[in-house]
Amino acid sequence: MKLFESVLLLSLIVCAMSVAFTKDLLTSIIIFMSYSLIMCIIWMILQSPDLAITEAAVGAGVTSILFFLTLKKIRAIRKEDGSEQEEG
Amino acid sequence: MSRKRDNYETSRWKKFRSWVDGETDPLEHGMEAHVAVPRKEGMFDSPDHEKAVREELARLYGDSDKTAILRARGIRYFQRFYKIMSVVLCLGIILVLLWTVASLPVTGVASNPDNNEVAARYIERGLQETGAVNIVTGMILDYRAFDTFGESCVLFIGSCCVLVLLRLDGNSKNENIRKMIAESNDRHFEPKNDIILQKCACVLVPIIMIFGIYIVLNGHLSPGGGFSGGAVLGSGLILYLNAFGYEKMGKMFTEKLYRRTTLCALTFYCLAKSYSFFTGANHLESGIPLGTPGAILSSGLILPLNICVGLVVACTMYAFYTLFRKGGM
Amino acid sequence: MDMSLIQHLVLNIEETVSIILFGVGFTILLLHRNLIKKIMGMNIMDTATYLFLASKGYITGRAVPIVVDGIQDVEAYINPVPSGLVLTGIVVSVSTTALMLALTIRLYERYHSLDLDEILILAKEEEQT
Repeated sequence: MKLFESVLLLSLIVCAMSVAFTKDLLTSIIIFMSYSLIMCIIWMILQSPDLAITEAAVGAGVTSILFFLTLKKIRAIRKEDGSEQEEG
Repeated sequence: MSRKRDNYETSRWKKFRSWVDGETDPLEHGMEAHVAVPRKEGMFDSPDHEKAVREELARLYGDSDKTAILRARGIRYFQRFYKIMSVVLCLGIILVLLWTVASLPVTGVASNPDNNEVAARYIERGLQETGAVNIVTGMILDYRAFDTFGESCVLFIGSCCVLVLLRLDGNSKNENIRKMIAESNDRHFEPKNDIILQKCACVLVPIIMIFGIYIVLNGHLSPGGGFSGGAVLGSGLILYLNAFGYEKMGKMFTEKLYRRTTLCALTFYCLAKSYSFFTGANHLESGIPLGTPGAILSSGLILPLNICVGLVVACTMYAFYTLFRKGGM
Repeated sequence: MDMSLIQHLVLNIEETVSIILFGVGFTILLLHRNLIKKIMGMNIMDTATYLFLASKGYITGRAVPIVVDGIQDVEAYINPVPSGLVLTGIVVSVSTTALMLALTIRLYERYHSLDLDEILILAKEEEQT
C-alpha cells in the first residue's frame, strides 16, 4: 500500500511539472484533470472518502469544465475578431 | 508629541489615509509599470526595432529620448532580474519548507500533537450530541455549522460576481447585436441535437440525479453530504443542458427558480443556525429529537441543512456553467 | 545528521510531496505569463495545501471517522478535524477559480490577449490617452 501511495504521489509531481511545461492549453487542462483524479485516489488511501467524493465531483468535474468553457469562449472571441477584420 | 505632529505630513499613516480616501493611486510609479514592456526582451535584433521600442516608451512615459534608452535597458535588466529572483525565491521557499517538514513528527503516528482532545471529543461524544454517524458531517454541520453557512455564502457571492462580470446586459443600446453575438457564440457550444449524446443522456441523467440525491440525503450516514452531492446534481443538470439545449431546460429550470431556490436555502440555513446567537454560542440543541443513529430521519437539523447546502451548491455549479457559456440563464 | 534528514523526509512523504507541489505551483504562478496557466498554478497550490492538511490528520491503521457497530473509541478512527477543514476548502477553491476565469474572459474581451505583460502595456496606453 505504501508503495502504491508513493507511486501515486510521484505521478502527482510529474503531472504538476507537465502542467508547467506543456505549451498547449487544452493538453495542460486535461493533465490537470488527471492530477485531480490522482489526488482523489490519494484521499481514499488517506481514509477520507468525503474528500474523495468532493474532489472527484468538484475538482475533476466542474473545474475542468469551467476551464474548457473559458478556452472555448476565448476561441469564439478570437474567431469573431478574425471575421470582423476580414470584413473591414 | 509635537515632533510626531511635524512628521505627520510625510508619515506612512498619512499616505495610508490618503489612499483610503482615494486621493492617491498606490499603483502610480509602482512596479507594474516597469514590468509592462518585457515581452520586447530578446527582440532587439535590429536597431530599427529598438528605436521603435524606445519611441513607444518615450510616448508612454512622456520623457526624452535619453531617459527612454535608459528605461528600456532597465526594463530588460529588470526582466532578467525578475526571472532569476523568482526562481531563487521558489527554491528558497521549497528548501525552508522541506527543512521544516524534516523536523515535523512522523506522519501516521497517534501521538502527534494535532490528534488532541478536540478530535477525541468529536469522536467520543459526536454521536450522542449530533446524532450523525458520519463524524465529519456532524462536525461541519453541527459543531461548526456557522462556518459552513459562511462558506455557502462565499459560493453564492462567487456566483453573483461571475454574474456581474459575464452577464450580457439586456438594457444596453445595441441590444439586438449583443444578443446575436451571444447566440452565434453559443452555437459553437451547442451539439445540435446529437442523437448519440441524447440517448446517452437519457440513460445517464436519471442515474446521476438519483446518485446526487442519495449522497445529499445520506450525508449523515455515509461519506458525502451537501457539497459533494450538490456538485454531482449540478453536473447532472449540465449534462442535460448539453444534450437537449436551452429550450427544454427552460421548462424545468429557469433563472427565477434558481434565485428562489438559492434564496430559500440560504435563508433557512441562516434562520436555523443564527438562533444560537440568542441562546448562547454553545447551545447545540435544535428541539428536534435526534432519533435512532443510522436511520435516515435522524440527527436533528443536519438532514435539512445538508439539503440546503446541496441545493445551493447545485444551483451555483449550474449557474457558473450557463454564465460562462451564454452570459445568462 | 544528513541521513536522518532524508530519512525523515521519506517518512513524511505526503508532506514532502505537498511541499514540492506547492513550490511547483508557486513557480508556475510567478513565471508563466499566460493567465490560464497562472490560475492552474494557483489550483495546484490549493491542492498541495489540502494534501498537507489531510496527511496531518491521518493515523496508520485506523479507519474512516464513520461510527461502525457503536464503537466510539478514539483509538479506532482517524482525526476528523482536517477532513472537515479541507472539505470546505475544496468547494471555496472552485468558486475562486470560477471568479478568476470570469475575470480572464473579460480581460480577453477588452485587450484580446492572455499575456499578462501585454495586458499591462495596453492598460498603461489606455490610461495615457
